[in-house]
Amino acid sequence: MVEEMKLASPRTLRILGGLSAVMVVIALVLVFLVAPQERTMGEVQRIFYFHVGAAWIGALAFLVALVTGTLYLRSGKTQYDLISLSSVEIGLVFITMVLITGSIWARPAWNTWWVWTPRLTTATIMWLVYLAYFMLRGAVEDPNRRRRYAAVYSIVGFASVILTFISTSILADTHPALFFGANSPQTKGDAPLAPGMRPAFFFSLLTFTVLYITFLLYRVRLEVLREHVEALKARFLTP
Amino acid sequence: MPDPQVNTGPAGPIIDALPQAAEAPETEASGAVGQRLAEWARYSLVAYIRAVAAVVWKDLVAELRSKELITAMLIFAILVILSFNFALELRLDRVGLVAAGLVWVTIIFAGMLGLDRSLAMEKDRGCLDGLLLCPVDRSAIYFGKMIGNLLFISVVEAIFLPLFSILFNYPLLSPGILLIIVVGTVGLAGIGTLISTMAVHTRAREVMLPVMLLPLLIPFILAAVKATRGALDGLPWGEFQGWVQLMLAYDMILLAVAYMTFDYVVEE
Amino acid sequence: MIEVQGLVKTFGLKPVLRGLDLEVPAGAFLTVVGPNGAGKTTLLRILATLSRPSGGRVRIAGYELPGQADLVRQWLGVLSHQPLLYGDLTAEENLRFFGRMYGVPRLEARIDATLQQVGLSARRRDLVRTFSRGMWQRLSIARALLHDPPVLLLDEPYTGLDPDASAMLDELLRNAVGQGRTVLMTTHDLSRGLMLADYVAILARGKIAYIAPRSEVDAEQFGQLYAQVTSRS
Repeated sequence: MVEEMKLASPRTLRILGGLSAVMVVIALVLVFLVAPQERTMGEVQRIFYFHVGAAWIGALAFLVALVTGTLYLRSGKTQYDLISLSSVEIGLVFITMVLITGSIWARPAWNTWWVWTPRLTTATIMWLVYLAYFMLRGAVEDPNRRRRYAAVYSIVGFASVILTFISTSILADTHPALFFGANSPQTKGDAPLAPGMRPAFFFSLLTFTVLYITFLLYRVRLEVLREHVEALKARFLTP
Repeated sequence: MPDPQVNTGPAGPIIDALPQAAEAPETEASGAVGQRLAEWARYSLVAYIRAVAAVVWKDLVAELRSKELITAMLIFAILVILSFNFALELRLDRVGLVAAGLVWVTIIFAGMLGLDRSLAMEKDRGCLDGLLLCPVDRSAIYFGKMIGNLLFISVVEAIFLPLFSILFNYPLLSPGILLIIVVGTVGLAGIGTLISTMAVHTRAREVMLPVMLLPLLIPFILAAVKATRGALDGLPWGEFQGWVQLMLAYDMILLAVAYMTFDYVVEE
Repeated sequence: MIEVQGLVKTFGLKPVLRGLDLEVPAGAFLTVVGPNGAGKTTLLRILATLSRPSGGRVRIAGYELPGQADLVRQWLGVLSHQPLLYGDLTAEENLRFFGRMYGVPRLEARIDATLQQVGLSARRRDLVRTFSRGMWQRLSIARALLHDPPVLLLDEPYTGLDPDASAMLDELLRNAVGQGRTVLMTTHDLSRGLMLADYVAILARGKIAYIAPRSEVDAEQFGQLYAQVTSRS
C-alpha cells in the first residue's frame, strides 16, 4: 500500500522552489516599488497584499483538506489523508500569518492591536478549530481511526472557514470587506481596489498560490517518506 | 431445558429481490408471512423510527433509574452560576448586562458534561458494539442518542432557568427566549453528540471534548446571546430574528454533516 | 455459509490477520482454538461486522463484507467478550430494547421464551447491574438468540462460567445446531471445543494453521498438535 503512494520528484520540487523564490522577489518589487501609496493609511497599507493573499490561500488550503478528507473517507487510501494533514498544517501557518499581519496593520490603522469584531472573532475561531485538528490527531491511538476522525473533523471544521468569510457580509464590522459585501449597507470600511494596486495584488495572490503548492508537495513528500520508513521498520524489526 | 414454546425459526426467509442472498436454512411454517413482512420492514421508515425510539426509550429508562446525568449536569450548572456570581460580583441591578451570556455559557458547559458521560457510558461497557451489531442504519443510533441528549439537557434547563430567574430576580421566561433556547439546545445536542462520539475514542476524553466542541459552538453562542439579549431587552421580533435564522441554518448544516459522517466515526 | 479467503487485518502497520482462509458450511459447528494474541477476537469482530477487513474476501450467507454488512447483521447472533448489556436496565428491558432494534415479531412472547431457555425467568425484573458474571453471560446468550439468527458467533463463551452455566450453554449450543444454525466458536479450552464441534481449526499468528473435521481428529493428538503449532510462534 505504501509503495503505491506517489511522490513528487526532487526535480519538480527544485523547479517549483526556484519558481517560488523568483516570484516572491518579483512580488516584493511590485508591492514595495510599483504599487502606489494608499491615500489614508500610508506605507503600512502595503501589508494588505500579504494579509489578503495569505487569507485566501489559507482558506484554499482548508478547502483542499476538506476535499481530500472526504476522498479519504470514501476510498480509504492513506495518501489522501497525508495530503489533508499537510494542507491543514500549511493552512494553519498561513492563517497565523494573517492574524499577525492583521494585528500589525490594525495598530496604526485602528489604534489598537486587537478588537473583537465579527471578522476577527470568526478568524480566531477558525484558527482554534484547526489547531484542535492536531490535538485530535495526537489523541487517537489507532492509526485508521485517527485518519478517519481527522477527515471528519476537517469536514466539520470547514464550517468555521465559511463563517469567517461571510461574516463581513452579514454583520457590521470595521474590518473592510473587499470585493464581496462591499455593497452591503452594514459594512463601514470598504476598500475598493485602485487600478494601480491591481498588478501587485493579483501577482501576490499568484505567488502565494505557487508557494502553497510548493510547500504542499514538500510536506506530502515528507509524510509519504515517513510512511515508507514505518513500513520498512514494521517489516524488518518485528518477527 | 425445554425448547422455547414459541419458535419463530431462524430470522427471515430470503426476499427474492435481495442480490446474492444464499439459501436460508429450513424455517418453520408458522409465521412465514410475518417473517417476510418483518424482513421487508427492516428497510422502511417505520423500522428506522422504531430504532430511534428504542434508543431514546432505553436512555430514558436508564436515566430515570440512575439519575446520573441530570443530577451531574444540574449541580454543575448551579455551581457555574454561583461561581460567576461571585467572580463578577453580580449585584441584582447589574444582571441584565450579562444574563444572556451567563445562561448560555452555563448551558454549554453543563451540556458538555452530559454529552461526555452519555457516550462514555456506552463506550465503557462495550455497549456501543452492541448498538453497532443491530441491523439498523447508523444514523438511527446518532439520532437516538442526540434526542436523548437533547431531552436531558432540556430537563436541566427547565429546572435551571426558573432558578436563575428567581435567584437573580430577572425574568427569563418568555416565548421568544424559549424558542432561542430550544434552537440552541438542538444545535448543542446535534454537534455535541457527533463530537463526543469521537472524543470518547481518544486518550484524553475530558480534554478533547471541549477542545473540539467549543470553537465549533462559539459562532452559535454569539448568535444565541445576541438573540437572547434582543428578546430580554424587549426588542420586537424583527430586530433579532436574523440571529435566530442564523442559528437555525447552523443547526441544519451541522445536523446534516453529522448524519453523513456518523458512520465513519463509529465504525472500526 | 461463512467463507473467508485471504483475510488480512492490520492495525496501522501491525498485521494481526495475515491471509486467513476459512469455510463453514451451513449448519456446521466450527471451533477455532488458538493462543492469546493469535487473532481470534479480531476474526470474530470482522465476521460480526464490527470491524472492517484490511484485505481479502469475507462472505456470510452470500453477503459480501464489508459492503453488504448492513444486510447481514440480522442474520448474526454474537456473543463477545463484553456483555454488551445495560446495567441500569432490567433483564427483560435489555431484551426488549434489543428486540425492538432487531425488529423481532411477537417480542414479549419471545422474551419469555429466551429468558426461560437461559434460566433467568426468575430474575427478569432485576437490574443487570446486580447480576453475577455467569448471569451476565446467560443474558448475553439470550440476547444473541433473541432474534433467532441462523448464524452464531461466540467469542470464548465459557470464560467465567460456573459448571451449571457451562452445562446450560452446552445444551443450548447442541439445540442450536439441532435447529440448523451455523456456529463459529473461539476458545482456548481444547476439550470443550472438541466436544461440540463438527470441525476444528487452529489459529496461530494470524493464519489458520490446521483445520479438519472433528471425526478425523483424535483428542490426544490434537492436544499435541496444538502445542506444536503454538510453540512455534
